[in-house]
Amino acid sequence: MPEVLKAPLVLEFPFTRSLGPVQSAFLTGLRERVVLGVKTGDGRTLVPPVEYDPVTAEEIRDLVEVGATGTVTTWAWNHEPRRGQPLDTPFAWVLVRLDGADTALLHALDAPGPDAVRTGMRVRVRWAEERTGAITDIACFEPYESEGQEGHQPSAHSGEFQDMVTGIVAPARLDYVYSPGRAQTDYIHALSEQRTVGERCPSCRKVYVPPRGACPTCGVATAEHVEVGPRGTVTTYCIVNIKAKNLDIEVPYVYAHIALDGADLALHGRIGGMPYDQVRMGLRVEAVWSEGGRYPDHYRPTGEPDADYDVYKELL
Amino acid sequence: MQGAAAIREIAVVAFAQTDHRRTTDELSEVEMLMPVLHGVLEQTGLKTADIDFTCSGSSDYLAGRAFSFTLALDGVGAWPPISESHVEMDGAWALYEAWTKLLTGDADTALVYSYGKSSPGSVRDVLTRQLDPYYVAPLWPDSVALAALQAQALIDAGDTDEPALAAVAARSRTDASANSHAQVRGSVPQGDYVVRPLRTGDCPPVGDGAAAVILAAGDRARELCERPAWISGIDHRIEAHGLGVRELTDSPSTRLAAEKAGAFERPVDTAELHAPFTAQEVVLRKALRLGDDVRVNPSGGALAANPVMAAGLIRIGEAAARIHRGESDRALAHATSGPCLQQNLVAVLEGDPR
Repeated sequence: MPEVLKAPLVLEFPFTRSLGPVQSAFLTGLRERVVLGVKTGDGRTLVPPVEYDPVTAEEIRDLVEVGATGTVTTWAWNHEPRRGQPLDTPFAWVLVRLDGADTALLHALDAPGPDAVRTGMRVRVRWAEERTGAITDIACFEPYESEGQEGHQPSAHSGEFQDMVTGIVAPARLDYVYSPGRAQTDYIHALSEQRTVGERCPSCRKVYVPPRGACPTCGVATAEHVEVGPRGTVTTYCIVNIKAKNLDIEVPYVYAHIALDGADLALHGRIGGMPYDQVRMGLRVEAVWSEGGRYPDHYRPTGEPDADYDVYKELL
Repeated sequence: MQGAAAIREIAVVAFAQTDHRRTTDELSEVEMLMPVLHGVLEQTGLKTADIDFTCSGSSDYLAGRAFSFTLALDGVGAWPPISESHVEMDGAWALYEAWTKLLTGDADTALVYSYGKSSPGSVRDVLTRQLDPYYVAPLWPDSVALAALQAQALIDAGDTDEPALAAVAARSRTDASANSHAQVRGSVPQGDYVVRPLRTGDCPPVGDGAAAVILAAGDRARELCERPAWISGIDHRIEAHGLGVRELTDSPSTRLAAEKAGAFERPVDTAELHAPFTAQEVVLRKALRLGDDVRVNPSGGALAANPVMAAGLIRIGEAAARIHRGESDRALAHATSGPCLQQNLVAVLEGDPR
């Protein structure tokens, strides 16, 4: 069995999210070092506040200000912080019920070690120095030994501030090590020898290029290797007039579906070596490999007579 | 719900799963999936064309492959076009959709499958992306951290302690010794803390795997299986997404789903619980009122193999397989989704009297 191919794959998205009125007030409040909650119909105060009652689904909008001190309701010691987490030194994850709130907020607690953390301990917000209107405006919590303020009454708040935050940008990055699987590994290995190798379905006998390991019609594994090409027929094409970012190809150019001889599925590639407006269905082409290229750079005309439509119409 | 179920009898008639492994670098998702699809077809003698409805569950985020479920369909044989659906959830919810499809009478047979390849990525981090994007996800609290908060709450409440959790871990891996598909089997050290109070042994293995089930209605089920596992009830319920809003030591959604599925009407002899973390079994046993006489997770459960997106469907499959083999007469199967048992599905399966 050939060596398993692997390559790093990074998925990174900056999600831009708009905020509803309650979220906007809460996150703007954090920027101003004010923690807001929202009142539910049955008189509870939810922190962090949501826009709809989690029990009744009723729209809730009555905002109140709660304390920046609170009580840990549960905790977990994280001795190996991971990327993106609030602190890069060992810390405790905590749920904190802020004074005046009836529900708890998830965040990090900066403490010297697990022995310094317990459920019921008193903590206070440590504000981030630079605040933008995000949950990370709370840098973390820190121990704060004081009397519990169980009777703390939250005070009404308009939720209005100067220059309200109306959206957040939440970057998300996930790292993978990608492996293409058995069939595509074989295909890529063959390409490195400038050969195009498909796989034949044992049931319907069709040859798939590139192979994906299964016949999508029959639902069975493909295994028999079949070398196809190097010549093929343009089954259909389009003329590209817009230059793609990071692609050093003069426009206009032709991008085509090409049925390599022996294949029952057309693959796609660029057509070069002739004026773009002379490319046509049925044109016979062959792969052109660039020096050290790991796949065909483009396909060029072979000079053979065009293929008859009936020969390739099933491959359109 | 029970009324609807009584209108049409629907059963699990076949179940197959892969040998779950830490990595399957040599296989693409469809290559990993195909053997279990062929497995359930062979068990029933059905061909792709005999399947009236196909439904799958998976998540592109696990392996970082966009639209991976459409590639997985290559393994089904979807031409001529088939009646098909997909949920970005555990396959147990795909089974729920298939069950409703059969209830309508539009289909007599359904293929349900799911798969998860966690090995290419870091599943602890991947699962943070399912959290509230405004208040929680920006803190990147990983799945073990959230489960650890729940475990500590249970310890504080006096519902469990670390030795009791270790016992859940040991029992699960010992039971898995008899399960050739399991990833972690036999005597496994409880290990160091991952996120305290959870140790390595309290956490599920990370791995790749797939599972498939065939459902059939009425007499069709009797033709396809000697002892069908009849779904006498199935229901799923969800709780608020805010962790601080929920009572983490309890699972009211599990209890309600179980009630709606008829689980409390008569005792069950077996329960396959989808509890990826030891402490979650404590919560589920309480919510489901399972006594010591109920055989819990004879397969080893998710602590022995936890292919994300398939582990819940596997619980239904394992419970059904025990009925097929005559080892159970009435079994409960549970699947969960989201952090700290946020969403829960309960199915009750029954075999005909012997």
